[in-house]
Amino acid sequence: MARMKFLCDADRCIECNACVTACKNEHEVPWGINRRRVVTLDDGQPGERSVSMACMHCTDAPCQAVCPVNAFYTTADGVVLHSKDICIGCGYCFYACPFGAPQYPRVGNFGSRGKMDKCTFCAGGPEPDGSPAEYEKYGANRLAEGKLPLCAEMCATKSLLAGDGEVIEEIYKERVAKRGYGSGAWGWKTAYRGTVSS
Amino acid sequence: MQALAALLRVALAALFLVAIAVAGSPAAAQTQSVNPTKNAVSEQQLLQQSKTVRGLGSIPDAKSYTLEQPAGRDWRRFHEVTLRWIGGIAILGMLAVLVIFYLSRGMVRIEAGRSGYTIVRFSWFERFVHWMTAVCFVILALSGLNITFGRSLLLPLMKPESFTTFSEWAKYAHNYLSFPFTLGVVLIFFLWIAGNIPTRVDVAWLKRGGGMIGHDHPPAYRFNAGQKLIYWIVVLGGGAAAVSGYALIFPFYGTTIETMQQAEMVHSIVAMLFIAVMLAHIYIGTIGMEGAFEAMGSGTVDLNWAKEHHSLWLEEERVRAQMDSSKPQPTIVTGQ
Repeated sequence: MARMKFLCDADRCIECNACVTACKNEHEVPWGINRRRVVTLDDGQPGERSVSMACMHCTDAPCQAVCPVNAFYTTADGVVLHSKDICIGCGYCFYACPFGAPQYPRVGNFGSRGKMDKCTFCAGGPEPDGSPAEYEKYGANRLAEGKLPLCAEMCATKSLLAGDGEVIEEIYKERVAKRGYGSGAWGWKTAYRGTVSS
Repeated sequence: MQALAALLRVALAALFLVAIAVAGSPAAAQTQSVNPTKNAVSEQQLLQQSKTVRGLGSIPDAKSYTLEQPAGRDWRRFHEVTLRWIGGIAILGMLAVLVIFYLSRGMVRIEAGRSGYTIVRFSWFERFVHWMTAVCFVILALSGLNITFGRSLLLPLMKPESFTTFSEWAKYAHNYLSFPFTLGVVLIFFLWIAGNIPTRVDVAWLKRGGGMIGHDHPPAYRFNAGQKLIYWIVVLGGGAAAVSGYALIFPFYGTTIETMQQAEMVHSIVAMLFIAVMLAHIYIGTIGMEGAFEAMGSGTVDLNWAKEHHSLWLEEERVRAQMDSSKPQPTIVTGQ
């Protein structure tokens, strides 16, 4: 089985936010929630870089570890998914997440937390693949259809890569070798305990 | 005419190409001289500078401008390992101590036996405040412990869906009952502050171990040093739990993920120790001491109990009753 990962080649990202929009549209993400976002570092300075970030589907995911009701599970592809039927909206995963991925619709008491929502690597949830119930809660299940996450597929500069970790790592390394520079695989050290060797 | 047009087109194209070449050559020279990685921000550097990597974004949600916060990994270790040890040792340790104490010492009896006369110790309002806070505390404690230990202790015994239903109701109870609990802590603070300022009597009381060992009965006013300790633990611990808890109920109201992690750490550690202390409080108020429960039950205590445990308070009450001669000894009531 492949180990699915995201890799954002920050030297290619042009901050167009197409990945953000594509994700929102594909999954009909609830109002106020962005499963993916683009963060620009050192905006306006020489050396400015933009990074597209979402749930990184961590190895030994902290959200999964701290969840008091065991709502998370990691698929055979290394994708970290959760069940909205099990989630109680306590907020623990979002204290633990290094990437700010879990978000909550403000439907709970005191305008706080409803069922948690986050990036699914376009792999849906525990419901049957492609079922209306799955779509309503988690959005499209592209992985079950043999497709990769739409954010990466949409990326005009192919900055955002999604897929088998080894394959995208190889693509990135080739790019770095060819152009002679690369600002590294953002978040990999935190998420996967290792970074691309280049 | 057509030939002229074609000639013009070729001339224009040639001019255009020359223009590109002229404009392009310094640009090309420039890209060669600029190393795009030289000034590029590096993740490693940013993470060394600060615990969180923040930038700018174009979606309205400013919270999303935080790119990375590896501190979540540390918080996870606290929650998974440190907190469980603290909670386990504090609560099970206290239970063990209480069991050993009960088995070796047994219930502290009223040595002189019941006199048959009682004296009012707590008014209805004091008892109402106590029990409101106490009931809220028990539910808050159990629903809180469920968040830390439920997954390993309760979930294996239930269907995941049932555990979720239970935990969700526990969460609502935890959130809503925090309000009467906090009100109770505030009322307790004002209600009993007068009797809970530490004095020299408390030092003597503590030096004699509160009379816990043997059959000693060091003098005490309305509240002895042990009770004063409980009072201040409730006021300060309850206050800390309330402040840190409300920081978590209202996410991002003046807090960041990092301060919420810290708030959760304070909240959970205070809560675990609080629970352990309250176990001792419950013990001494029920099976630990004869005649103690009535103080918060009916509000009256036996005269001999008061004589043994709060001798100075009894004196005070007697003096007060004598001075208020218009009413004949209103606080001392003939018992059953």
